[in-house]
Amino acid sequence: MTHLRSYLFTVLTCVAGLLATMATAQDFDALVASLPDGNFDDRAAVVGQIAASGDDRAVGLLEALSDGELQVLKSDGRLVIVTDVKGVDIAADALTGAEAGVVPRRGASAIRVNNSLRRTIGAAIGILTLSSPDPARRLTAAEAAFRAPDPDQLDLLQTAILDETDPRVSAALKSAIAATTLAGDSTVADKLAAIAILKTQANQAALGILTPLVAAPDAQIAAAAADAVDQIERTQKLWSGAQNVLFGISLGSVLLLAAIGLAITFGVMGVINMAHGELVMIGAYTTFAVQEVIRNSFPFLFDWSLLIAAPLAFLMAGAVGVAIERGCVRFLYGRPLETLLATWGVSLILQQTVRSIFGPNNREVGNPSWMSGAFDIGHLTITYNRLWIFVFALAVFAILLFVMKKTPIGLQMRAVTQNRAMAASMGIRTGWVDAMTFGLGAGIAGLAGVALSQIDNVSPNLGQSYIVDSFMVVVFGGAGNIWGTLAGAFSIGIANKFLEPYSGAVLAKIIVLVCIILFIQKRPRGLFAVKGRAVDG
Amino acid sequence: MTSFRKLLIGASLGATLLSSTALAASEDGPIKVGVLHSLSGTMAISETTLKDAVLMLIDEQNKKGGIDGRMLEAVVVDPASDWPLFAEKARELIEANEVDVVFGCWTSVSRKSVLPVFEELNSILFYPVQYEGEESQYNVFYTGAAPNQQAIPAVDYLMANEGVERWVLAGTDYVYPRTTNKILEAYLMDQGVAAEDIMVNYTPFGHSDWQTIVSDIKTFGSAGKKTAVVSTINGDANVPFYKELGNQGIEATDIPVVAFSVGEEELAGLDTTPLVGHLAAWNYFMSVDSPENDAFIDTWLDFTGNDDSVTNDPMEATYIGFNMWVKAVEEAGTTDPDAVIAALPGIEVPNLTGGTSVMLPNHHITKPVLVGEIQDDGQFSVVWETDGLVAGDAWSDFLPESAVLTSDWVDLKCGNYNTQTETCGGS
Repeated sequence: MTHLRSYLFTVLTCVAGLLATMATAQDFDALVASLPDGNFDDRAAVVGQIAASGDDRAVGLLEALSDGELQVLKSDGRLVIVTDVKGVDIAADALTGAEAGVVPRRGASAIRVNNSLRRTIGAAIGILTLSSPDPARRLTAAEAAFRAPDPDQLDLLQTAILDETDPRVSAALKSAIAATTLAGDSTVADKLAAIAILKTQANQAALGILTPLVAAPDAQIAAAAADAVDQIERTQKLWSGAQNVLFGISLGSVLLLAAIGLAITFGVMGVINMAHGELVMIGAYTTFAVQEVIRNSFPFLFDWSLLIAAPLAFLMAGAVGVAIERGCVRFLYGRPLETLLATWGVSLILQQTVRSIFGPNNREVGNPSWMSGAFDIGHLTITYNRLWIFVFALAVFAILLFVMKKTPIGLQMRAVTQNRAMAASMGIRTGWVDAMTFGLGAGIAGLAGVALSQIDNVSPNLGQSYIVDSFMVVVFGGAGNIWGTLAGAFSIGIANKFLEPYSGAVLAKIIVLVCIILFIQKRPRGLFAVKGRAVDG
Repeated sequence: MTSFRKLLIGASLGATLLSSTALAASEDGPIKVGVLHSLSGTMAISETTLKDAVLMLIDEQNKKGGIDGRMLEAVVVDPASDWPLFAEKARELIEANEVDVVFGCWTSVSRKSVLPVFEELNSILFYPVQYEGEESQYNVFYTGAAPNQQAIPAVDYLMANEGVERWVLAGTDYVYPRTTNKILEAYLMDQGVAAEDIMVNYTPFGHSDWQTIVSDIKTFGSAGKKTAVVSTINGDANVPFYKELGNQGIEATDIPVVAFSVGEEELAGLDTTPLVGHLAAWNYFMSVDSPENDAFIDTWLDFTGNDDSVTNDPMEATYIGFNMWVKAVEEAGTTDPDAVIAALPGIEVPNLTGGTSVMLPNHHITKPVLVGEIQDDGQFSVVWETDGLVAGDAWSDFLPESAVLTSDWVDLKCGNYNTQTETCGGS
């Protein structure tokens, strides 16, 4: 009898449980089906209900909605999740996950999401993933809670922090709890504690939360907040000097890269090469072409695309450089004005050629994953692409220095530029060395193009924006001295970045230019003047 | 003597014949349409597509049998992004090629450079790009947006829907951003925004190092008030700006950027994943769902032969302008500039967003204003639009010196009529 009863009980609970899940599943389906209706506020309400439903599919669905992948098929009005597989849009039923085939162009319309809805979704996903086994997801969830503090979630966050083992997630949760406490109506003591926590954080996000509290009705809170804001602002001011130096170094490394090739063609050889910018552009377009091939045929190599592109860009730009030297510049040695005009003409030809081949529009060059994003050191934000460009610039500089000083071809280059007649009589093929020197300068410009494609747009006009800066750097640093180019690039970069916050970008550029002109008046040969007979040769 | 007389007769006969055929050509021959867009130089990136758009529209019109049986013929010149050259090429089009209408210009400075030419030679220019306003010319029809058809509604949207209280007005240093920002600043002050909550920043053309400015924006945005950036940054400078925003971790949910010069074309050269949610205000987006737009896109893709090519707002403005001109010529029954200019105000044509645009007496048109958010496929999703069409206002109501001015080429015959002194300020 007892057995039977317990058996019956089990069956009943099972049935009841099954019914309950069926009911929520139906509710969930209905909720999802109502997503396309109404305006953004209606949708936000549905998102809240979906998050509260506890259905396993909720997170995936909300993420798809946030990314614009949740779409309505125009043909039968079915709700699908559309993912891009190798350039083809593949649809899968939003609820069952069943394949729904390929979506034709303009065959589906995405359920519209705006920024405030995206914030709501982010917070909803945050609640759902706060107990995810993946620490990275928990971290995102805690950060989302910090960004959109919701007093209703306070208990949830406080439970979550008790079980948290990962120190980073724990710290993020602590800030999130502090922000949430300040947003709700907790006791004054709690709020003061929260202010103290944010004060130690001393970053801009904390400042954003604390600043409005300075005007809080409670005098104690207002005073604590004012004190915290004051202290954070002081710390930030201290760090901003360091940040400016960092920005300056980063700008300097871009200038160095752009100018270093010119330091050879103009600095060492004395050719006023107006097509230098276009050689940089050729390097950038080589990167684009390499990425196109990789994207279409070897997508797994994408993170290596820049390393593959670098030697190709060097050869490509170098070859064009040799062609320019052999076909045009060599007839004009010793006639700077004609060289200037001729190379300017070459630059226009190169621009229009690229425009005809690749079209006038910008071309997309992607950032490999190791060049995206940023990291913090203290209160400094360092972006990875700038960091790698800095490293790359120094590496190129070091290699160039090595080639010029330690290799036979470098020796010949210096010999020919210093005393052509003597070099020729020693058996050096001066014509060949000229071509190689120009090719080296051009190839290095191509390398610069690979790096610049990561921060600037790849268009036929790319080179024009760097030509003036490049000449400025080489002239300022001292033509003929590669170290001068290094010093020139970094001093111009840092000076520019220190002026910019005070004078604005436009005026900063003008001031730097005027200073350089005055400097050149005083020292016509630049920072590091080359001395000796070579100068007059 | 006889031979000389014969020669004289022959010559005069030939001359009469020649002049009569010339006359016939201008009445029955093809109607010539000038295209004045840069195909080389800095602006080629934006203007080349507009040249193609005009060629496509001419092609389509010819398939329909031209205008009153006369075929259209395009005369394309390349002003090479060189402002004075715009004036020369405009003169060449009108005087040497005898075109009946010109579609062209992009930058304000190029438009300003051709104005005197169009006035002197009395021809018609359709200008298809959003601009700073403060102008209304007898010979020019502005089918792009005036500030009240783009900037002001966008700011309204951010205030109402995003609760923005702090504003960064960032622009390239030239006439369009400066004027637009002047209007916006006056408007924001009007709406009760304090002066310390507005930050104005200008950068040179082609600015590529945005580190300091983006970091300043971040600092400015951390005052606890919702902050947005209103960007009038032009052309190529946008790509590095957005890249820097993405890298420094500024997301649209924190500090949204609303841009007036970034469209589908500009995004084509960019990985838009980090930009999702940033905004743009235009009168047209390629993603707009309307039968007219679907048809237009299909024709465009066929014409370019490239399935990846995009359409954008200035193309729609070109489309509207072209159709208005066709209708006006049909109505006037001639291509004579004065007759066509007189016929244009009041002309109605469908736009691509499912409505009807009207040419107004001030030579601007009515159009809807849409706010779109950037998607990860480089398209925009429309998140807001004005209830009805907005009439283009040549003279801004938010600048004291231009609030009193009005433009009406139908009744007042004046582009800058001062309503206080009741005089026409200029020609």
